[in-house]
Amino acid sequence: MARMATSRHVAVSTIAAWLVGFLIFFPILWMVLASFKTELDAFAIPPKFLFFHWTTENYAAVQERSDYVHHALNSIIVAGGSTLIALLIAIPAAWSMAFSPTKRTKDVLLWMLSTKMMPPVGVLVPIYLIYRDFGLLDTLTGLVFILCLGNLPIVIWMLFTYFKEIPKDILEAARMDGATISRELVYVLTPMAVPGLASTLLLNLILAWNEAFWTLNLSTLQAAPLTVFIASYSSPEGLFWAKLSAASTLAIAPILVLGWFSQRQLVRGLTFGAVK
Amino acid sequence: MLLTPAVALLFIWMIVPLALTIYFSLLRYNLLDSESAQFVGFENFRYFLTDPAFLASLQNTLVLVGSVLGLTILLGIPLALLLDQPVIGRNIVRLMVIAPFFVMPTVSALIWKNLLMHPVSGLFAWIAKLFGAPSIDWFNDVPLFAIILIVSWQWLPFATLILLTALQSLDEEQKEAAEMDGAGALSTFIYITLPHLARPITVVILIETIFLLTVFAEIFVTTGGGPGLQTTNIAFLIYSQALIQYDVGGASAGGLVAVVIANIVAFFLVRIVGRNLEA
Repeated sequence: MARMATSRHVAVSTIAAWLVGFLIFFPILWMVLASFKTELDAFAIPPKFLFFHWTTENYAAVQERSDYVHHALNSIIVAGGSTLIALLIAIPAAWSMAFSPTKRTKDVLLWMLSTKMMPPVGVLVPIYLIYRDFGLLDTLTGLVFILCLGNLPIVIWMLFTYFKEIPKDILEAARMDGATISRELVYVLTPMAVPGLASTLLLNLILAWNEAFWTLNLSTLQAAPLTVFIASYSSPEGLFWAKLSAASTLAIAPILVLGWFSQRQLVRGLTFGAVK
Repeated sequence: MLLTPAVALLFIWMIVPLALTIYFSLLRYNLLDSESAQFVGFENFRYFLTDPAFLASLQNTLVLVGSVLGLTILLGIPLALLLDQPVIGRNIVRLMVIAPFFVMPTVSALIWKNLLMHPVSGLFAWIAKLFGAPSIDWFNDVPLFAIILIVSWQWLPFATLILLTALQSLDEEQKEAAEMDGAGALSTFIYITLPHLARPITVVILIETIFLLTVFAEIFVTTGGGPGLQTTNIAFLIYSQALIQYDVGGASAGGLVAVVIANIVAFFLVRIVGRNLEA
């Protein structure tokens, strides 16, 4: 058979794939390595790849000099809070559109999608002024609120595509067997909805964790999540490469792990169900 | 009704700021001098649209979006084809390829700018020296290209992952039948694989464009729009008018222009996607 994978074919594509994969991953690897170097080694030319004096002093220094934990907590509150609130608002909406669609459901969905297409910079001025007047600048409440609204359309869309796949026959079967609405909800629907809910939750945690337009514009210090904290290294502090790398490694590690777990749902979520 | 809270919130979220933007765009209003707000009609639009900075930033925006789209799709297709082959340890390779997408924009921009692209101590400079090539001062000599590279690195995984997902749903039998009929690898690719990828490619273009039109953090932490206006895109121009020059009226006019541009793109893309969805 022509299409049988010959061992030569496997060898060639394996080598090529690993090489390309390594190249793409390299900047991250290089950053992690730099985070364990002394500042001098991080600058060294020729670069030191593995044989340098390994140290964890940068991680201690990052916390000491700039209160890393404070910003990490902000990130957790902002990403987690905005995602949970968005889910609470989106679940009933997606549920009703998936299970009792009307003629207008499709229009409503497309309209929701269109709100996501509005560039945030188009409404930067009024949002900034409203936040200033209501004392929401540099507050966690303000950030949670704006990220929640920003991601709401995606959350609704994702949940909708998942809910729609729950076969309606199952509901009818349960009803025939005499299940009440509440039992139906607890024993039949919830278990079937959990995978969809979980991947929606994961994807939105990632999006909110990495959001860097509103966080940069609406927070400076007190409420600053990690995106803003890292940005502070762009000024003279940027000269401290090892510390920048340590701070960056800490900032992306949790989300990299979450992301790797959710990569299969990622495609679906980000394409609004258009590619599965 | 269950739908009400979501619809109401999104409606307010869309209408209130937009209405305010329109209102501000008709005023001469500087934050440093808030007493002075006065109605000036379309003056701000005239000013914004004839400002040389607008044309420059519009051009930068188009170049940035176009180049990143081109790079991620042209590299994403072969990469997805490669990952679709029998590869030992494919899951690990997948993890490495997808990783950049999860890195927050401020981190990727600063790591690239310092650790890789620094003209003296960066890794690229060292590699250039190995080959006897002159080192490039990325953010001075080719600043927009440097930004394009960083953003492409962030979005290549996205394009690859979507194309790979689509490839994996491609009917093997169809490809086998074509090969039985004597089609070579190239014509199989052109006549079977590529048409199958048309829809996912459209989807990639749509979604990437929405995000790429508003690239901000990467510029904010690396070049601050400079040198000169060389890396100022529309998003950054409006930001600097609003929060650096405190020109509320001008920034609002610019914001509306950005909304219009995004809507033009969205209109065409949604039509293309719609046609694709029905086909």
